[in-house]
Formats: sequence, structure tokens, C-alpha cells
Amino acid sequence: MVRVILRRLIQLVVTLIALTTLVFFWLRSLPGGPVDALLGERATPQTRELLTRALGYDQPIWTQYGRFVKNVVTGNFGNSIRTGEPVMDVISRSFPATIELAVAAIIIAIGLGIPLGYIAARYRGRMLDNATIIVTLIGISIPIFFLGYLLKDLLTQNIHIFPPSGRITTGMDNTDVTGFFVLDGLLTREFDATADALWHLVLPAITLATIPLAIIIRITRASVLDVLDEDYIRTADAKGLRNTTIRKRHVLRNALLPVVTTIGLQTGALLAGAVLTEKVYNWGGLGTLITDSISGGRDYPVLQALILLAAVVFIVVNLLVDLSYAVIDPRVRVQ
Amino acid sequence: MSGIGGISTLADHKRRRIEELTARTSEAGGVSLIRDAGRRLLRNPTAMVGAIIILLFLIIAIFAPLVAPHDPVQRFPELTKDLTVDSIPGATAGHPLGSDPLGRDFASRMIYGARQTLFVGVLATFIGLLFGVVLGAIAGAVGGWLDVLIMRLTDVMLALPSLLLAITLVALASRSTQWTVIIAVAVVNVPIFARLLRGSMLAQRESDHVLAARALGVRRRDIVLRHMLPNSLTAVIVQATLTFAVAILDAAALSFLGLGDPDINRAEWGLMLGVDGVRYFEVRPELAYLPALAIIFVALGFTLLGESMREALDPKNRR
Repeated sequence: MVRVILRRLIQLVVTLIALTTLVFFWLRSLPGGPVDALLGERATPQTRELLTRALGYDQPIWTQYGRFVKNVVTGNFGNSIRTGEPVMDVISRSFPATIELAVAAIIIAIGLGIPLGYIAARYRGRMLDNATIIVTLIGISIPIFFLGYLLKDLLTQNIHIFPPSGRITTGMDNTDVTGFFVLDGLLTREFDATADALWHLVLPAITLATIPLAIIIRITRASVLDVLDEDYIRTADAKGLRNTTIRKRHVLRNALLPVVTTIGLQTGALLAGAVLTEKVYNWGGLGTLITDSISGGRDYPVLQALILLAAVVFIVVNLLVDLSYAVIDPRVRVQ
Repeated sequence: MSGIGGISTLADHKRRRIEELTARTSEAGGVSLIRDAGRRLLRNPTAMVGAIIILLFLIIAIFAPLVAPHDPVQRFPELTKDLTVDSIPGATAGHPLGSDPLGRDFASRMIYGARQTLFVGVLATFIGLLFGVVLGAIAGAVGGWLDVLIMRLTDVMLALPSLLLAITLVALASRSTQWTVIIAVAVVNVPIFARLLRGSMLAQRESDHVLAARALGVRRRDIVLRHMLPNSLTAVIVQATLTFAVAILDAAALSFLGLGDPDINRAEWGLMLGVDGVRYFEVRPELAYLPALAIIFVALGFTLLGESMREALDPKNRR
């Protein structure tokens, strides 16, 4: 087990190095590069040269690369071109917002997805099952930013139930402890702030949850149907075990294995979906940061760090999912 | 099948899923199974619904100039006259769906939109498929260090979630055009096609008919090109059908993020939805609803057909 983890960690590092190197050289090979992006086309040669030197782009590429690697290892991604702040500060400020949103979305997706998928499988071929299939198919075919605008239009404009954007009502007297507004409210016993933050979270979380939810429902359904066909279910039934026992101990336990894998894979969909959802609801997390760093001149230092961060999160989550396999599936432990 | 590449970190699950798909569809080699699958597809109502949607989409795209009442880029004075930021003229005589924010006939833009959407979807899918198949075939047929190199390359590409990779690619290009969008969406699918094909090729290499061909002294090149490759393509074609749906959704997402095609004359559903559709959502929601519905229908059509094809080719379902 330890050996497997170690090997995977080494490979993680290798992939990250390859990814960083690719991104680094790609950025430097662009015509103009960050300097032009920052100054626009009308900059004088003098200002351009000044900035090139200030950012260190006049040095040989290998020197730049060496410095870049050293900085990445020490977690120093330089300063944002747009605001001049250290990249790490900018990112850590936006990080909690996205995590809060993603966690809420995954809770919705798992909490609804597994029961709905299970129910659909139990009533296979009936109305309920067919309806579930159709809804999930639409769920994976709908552009989620459109769904976001749809929900926003219906529930914040036509009927004023939810707030249209942001993470918390402006002017709300909340104390910022961790940056996770829901958690902060609980920690400081400002329960009105928690309620307000949760209220703001509903629509974005539903929007972001749509695709993972649809996929989890479909996988759960398919997986339960597969397991129901297995011989050991028939055996359990023939032994005269009670139906609830069969369902809980035999069907669900076995059917959930593929679902766990899917949940790991969905982190990818969540990261990508967050970019779209955050733009719809003006959420101010990492997704917003990506959009802002692209439009109006590319903010390369920030982009670079965000790309690496996304890859690390995605890979690490999938590694954790693999490890969780050992816990829930004894067969893996033996191998 | 985890064979040659060995265990590796990246997106192991993504890869495992691709391999699973391969295992399920790669046995679909024999002609009889394909014929059998075809027969089952024709009897499957889900597949037929998908096929009819796609057919309709193709007809509209091909015959757009005959169906559309107007030129999609022409600005009509009678429409622009009442045009303000807060009000965009709705249906009038001769303009059944009213105007778009620039005083152009919206119905015609929707109809021509089928054409551009088809163009983006087909090219993105095809380019992804082409590079994926070439890489996958080399990896599967040649093996050795080339195989390892190609597989590591796909690992790096799979390290980022697909839409994020597309966003990164467009962001890294200094200017976005229609082609940067198409290429970004295509590149995202290259590793998926490559792994899928490589898996099928490896499975083919062990199969009886390849062994027979080898025993007969057929040249290596001919074995690869005539026996292994054609029989490996079924899985890839199924995947391409599904990829089309993803491609037009990704293109729409890029437009929404401001990374799409900057040409204001282009009538493409993703662009219409992602730019004007969301910008004027409160003024004229149809500008978003109609392209969104069109995208949902087409994506649904390709998903239904693709999944039915996969199911039909699955030897498990063979009777």
C-alpha cells in the first residue's frame, strides 16, 4: 500500500513538472507575451524595454526557467500583472469562496444523486425510472451557464426568493475568520451571517451540481442494475434474507464502488463548472479570478499558478479516491 | 489491459474508464457483430430518436439558405429603428422571431446557426479524432518508448479537467478566433481518442484473426492497417458521436467566458447564447432560450445515438 502511494506521488510530481515546463515555454513563445499584454499595442519602445527588464524577461530563457522553477518550488509565483499583489495572496483570498461553492455542490450531487439513482434502478422501466433518465440526459446536455441564468431569472427576478449574486448581503456585519462565510458565522456565533451566506449559496450550488448530479444518478442506476443481476444477490434471496438486509448489505455496498470513482472524476467537472457558475452569480472565487485574468490582458503569473493549482487538486482528489477504495473494497487491499 | 503503460498517477480513473469502454467495445471486431448491432440499433427507439434529431439538424444546416427567410448578417432598417438597449423588437411581419441586438432577422440567424454549429462541432470532433487516432495507433502498433512517451503526454493533458484545458489553451493563444476555439475543443479530446484506440489496438494484437494473418505471413504494415486499425475504429466512432455533444457545449462555454469567436457576424448557437443571449436575458429572453434549446436538442440527439451505439456494440447484449 505504502509503495503504491509513494509511486503515485512520484508520478504526480513528474506530471506537474512536465505541465509547468510546457506552460512556461508556451507563454514565452507567444508573440509579445506578457509585456505586450500589459502595455497594449501603443506602448513606446522605452516603456516596453523598461518593463521587460523589470519583469526579468530580458535574461536568457534558461536563466528565466531556473528562476521560475525555484520560485514554484518555494511557492512564489511572483506578482499579479493586473494588481501588483503577490499571486499567492490573490489566490488564497479567492480560494475559500470556490471551495465553499464546490463542497455545497458535491453535497447536493451525492445527497440527491445516490438515492435517486437507486430508486430509479428499483423501479426499472416504470414511469419514475424513465422520467429520471430523461431529466438526467437533459442535465448533461444543457449549457450550465444558461441554466444558471434561467434559475437566476426565475427565482431572483420574477419571484424574489434568492439573492441574484454575491456571497453575502453587502453591509452584513460578518467577521472574516477563515474566508468560508458559512463556517465563519458558526465559529463567531453570528448565525444570521451563516443563514445569509447559505441563502446566497443555494442557486450557485444547484447550478454547479447539475452535471455531477446527473452523472451520479446515471452511474448509481447502472451500477445497482448490474449488481441486482449478480449471483450472490440471488443466493442471498434464496437463503431467505430479508429484503432490507439484501438491499443494504449486498446491493448498496457493492453498487457504490463505481459511484465513488465517479465522484472523484467529477471534481474535474466541478472545477471547470465553477468558472462558469461564478461568472453567472458574480461569486468572486477562483473561477472569477481565471476569467478576470484572461479578459483585459492576460495576467500570466496568476494564470500559471491557477493552472497548476487545478491540476494538483484534480490529481490529489483522484489519488484520495483510489486510497478510499482500499477502505471500502477489501479486494483492492489484497492486491 | 493496464499492461504497457503500467500504473500511473494521472487521471487514472479517467483512463480506466476509457479502458473499460475499450474492453466493452473492442471485441466488436467481427462484421457479423456490427451487422447485428446495426439491426439492434434500428429496432431501438432511443437510437432512432437520436438519429432523427441529428438528421433534422443536418437538413437545416445543409439547406439553411433555402429555409431561412433572410440573410443572417443583413441589418434591417425597420428593425433597427425601434432598437434600444432596453428593447429589442419582437415578432413582426416578415420577421417571425423578431430582431437580434443588431437589427438582424433572428429566425434566419437561428437557421444559419445550425450550419455554423455543425461546422464547429464536426471540425472539433474530427481534428481531435484524427490526432487521437494517429497517436493511439502509433502507441498501440509500435509500442516501446514511443508508446510510453505518447501515454505520458496524454497523462499531462488529462491532468486538467477538459473545459479548463480548453480555457487554458485559448487563454494561452494571444488572440481568440473561431479556429482557436475549434482547436482548443479538439485538443481536449485527443488524449481520450488516443487511449481508446491504443487499448483497442492492444486487444486486437492478441486476437485470433491477427494471429492468423501473422501466421499467413502478412506484412506487419498490412496487419496494422488492414486488420488491427479497421477493427479498432468502432469504439472510436462511438466516442466521436458522444464527443460532438461535448464539443458544442464546450464551444458555447468558451463564448460565454469571452473566449469565443470575436466575429460579430458569425451566427453560431453557442456564440448567440453565450454573448447576446445572456447579455440581454432580461430584455429578450428568447435570444437565450432558442439557441439554448437548439444546443440541448442537438447535444441530446448525439448523446442518445452514441450511447445506443455503444450499447448495441456491447457483446454482453448480444443475443
